[in-house]
Amino acid sequence: MSPARRLARSGRALVTGVPYLWLVLFFLVPFLIVLRISFSEAVMAQPPYTPLLDWVQGEEGEGLKLLLTLNLGSYLRLFQDDLYVVAYLSSLRMAAVSTVLCLAVGYPMAYAIARARPARRGALMMLVILPFWTSFLIRVYAWIGILKANGTLANLLASVGLVDPSFELLYSDVAVYIGITYSYLPFMILPLYASLEKLDPTLLEAAADLGARPWEAFLRVTLPLSLPGIIAGSLLVFIPAVGEFVIPELLGGPDTLMIGRVLWNEFFSNRDWPVASAVAIALLLFLVVPIMVFQYVQGRQQEAGR
Amino acid sequence: MRPLLSPLSWALWFGYAFLYVPIALLILYSFNESRLVTVWGGFSTKWYGELLHNAPLLDSAWLSVQIAGLSATLAVVLGTLAGLALARFGRFRGRTLFGGLISAPLVMPEVIIGLSLLLLFVAMEQWIGWPDGRGMTTITIAHTTFTTAYVAVIVQSRLAGMDGSLEEAAMDLGARPAKVFFVITLPLIAPAIVAGWLLAFTLSLDDVVVASFVSGPGSTTLPMTILSSVRFGVSPQINALATIIVLVVAAGIFVASLLLARRERQRRRDEQMALQGG
Repeated sequence: MSPARRLARSGRALVTGVPYLWLVLFFLVPFLIVLRISFSEAVMAQPPYTPLLDWVQGEEGEGLKLLLTLNLGSYLRLFQDDLYVVAYLSSLRMAAVSTVLCLAVGYPMAYAIARARPARRGALMMLVILPFWTSFLIRVYAWIGILKANGTLANLLASVGLVDPSFELLYSDVAVYIGITYSYLPFMILPLYASLEKLDPTLLEAAADLGARPWEAFLRVTLPLSLPGIIAGSLLVFIPAVGEFVIPELLGGPDTLMIGRVLWNEFFSNRDWPVASAVAIALLLFLVVPIMVFQYVQGRQQEAGR
Repeated sequence: MRPLLSPLSWALWFGYAFLYVPIALLILYSFNESRLVTVWGGFSTKWYGELLHNAPLLDSAWLSVQIAGLSATLAVVLGTLAGLALARFGRFRGRTLFGGLISAPLVMPEVIIGLSLLLLFVAMEQWIGWPDGRGMTTITIAHTTFTTAYVAVIVQSRLAGMDGSLEEAAMDLGARPAKVFFVITLPLIAPAIVAGWLLAFTLSLDDVVVASFVSGPGSTTLPMTILSSVRFGVSPQINALATIIVLVVAAGIFVASLLLARRERQRRRDEQMALQGG
């Protein structure tokens, strides 16, 4: 190999290797540690869990032995205590409802933007993305003032005599639905718009020429062709929403159970690291299928983009 | 008679109202005299004054800005390399895992990222004595890790949208790969890098969950301060802070888009000149 080629090859190895190493060390290895600690037992110590592998003094004459202790107690607790099962199921339900709401608000918006004059599309999309750049926490906070008793919404509805000013939506599941839909809407619209914008309008003309009514053309041409966008957008909302912590913490009530909140409390309030790890592993198992589908869709789009 | 607005336009404007009315209300009530936030008590800027004297909040804001600047810069370096590898190196060994490591942080729940990184830092401290305690360093590493993925995706899609012919031409003329990168590729993907840096900066400045896990005593970031304050309901000072954040972001985006538009015009002029000259 010529020196120049060798240089080029080591250059490529460096370009790939540096970010690869970083992500393996700070993204992949941490998961293995979570997995390991989920099999430990909580103890009052620093760090507050037992080691899996330990050198113990063997029988006389045997010297040190390596002892592997796998403790399934944390996982058993996930099944025995109703709290966890209920929290997982309610997280899935909350995320699914919010995803549908995002789709219901986002699809018409993405469709309208894709049908707008090309010169205006950029500005209209910019308006969708802009709120995403302001603080997420601040945007969730904005809804506290709107939904609380004597808040903006209650006062507005009370002024037309619909409800009492003490009417409160805050600290309820409905508030969490609104919060998730509001925060994740741009993630839904972006992929939807990308797939709707590519749609060839002559296909719709052809459908019309062949006698399809507008809604028929929509159902049989537009909708199937925008399916990749619907899938990508829904997963971009659903997956993070399942593990959401901030929105149920700020907008949800004390009985709004979501698994992100349970994990947080297990870790910060109960200081039970092994159970928190088991909760995280179980959450990942729930999300493995949607994440794989997301990776597959992403990968296919990357291939197509080449 | 045609309706004033089609149902589609209604849906669009409803969507924009949904997105912007809460932010507008937030700004409006930051100028409210009343402590009750949502009950109008007259115009006042006193909450801004109080904000300026809130030392813990200002300290946490400064810490957050430092972490965001540092982690965004690191993420841009790592993310650009990763985007380059994914877009230009074809199928190399380990590409599937690499692609997975890039796109997984985009959808991974924050509580899992936070928990797993904290457990890593604790384990590392046990094994090699570093990082010594948790604070700015660990938060910066954590933020770099999940924002790198965003930068990589942005850079990769920009590279995928350009053909490699300019790079190939430079190679044919005998330029070394490193030179090709700095002279040809880097200027072409500069807008993606700027966008990636800004996005990474914003994401870092915004993160509360991951930071709460990996921070230590004495290193409270701005979102952590905000979260602990709004847990007990609304506070006019937070409205004032929100208004400042929105204004800074709006100004930043305005300047960035202005600069990008000017660059684009310049590029087109150069192209035209080159065509006429040739």
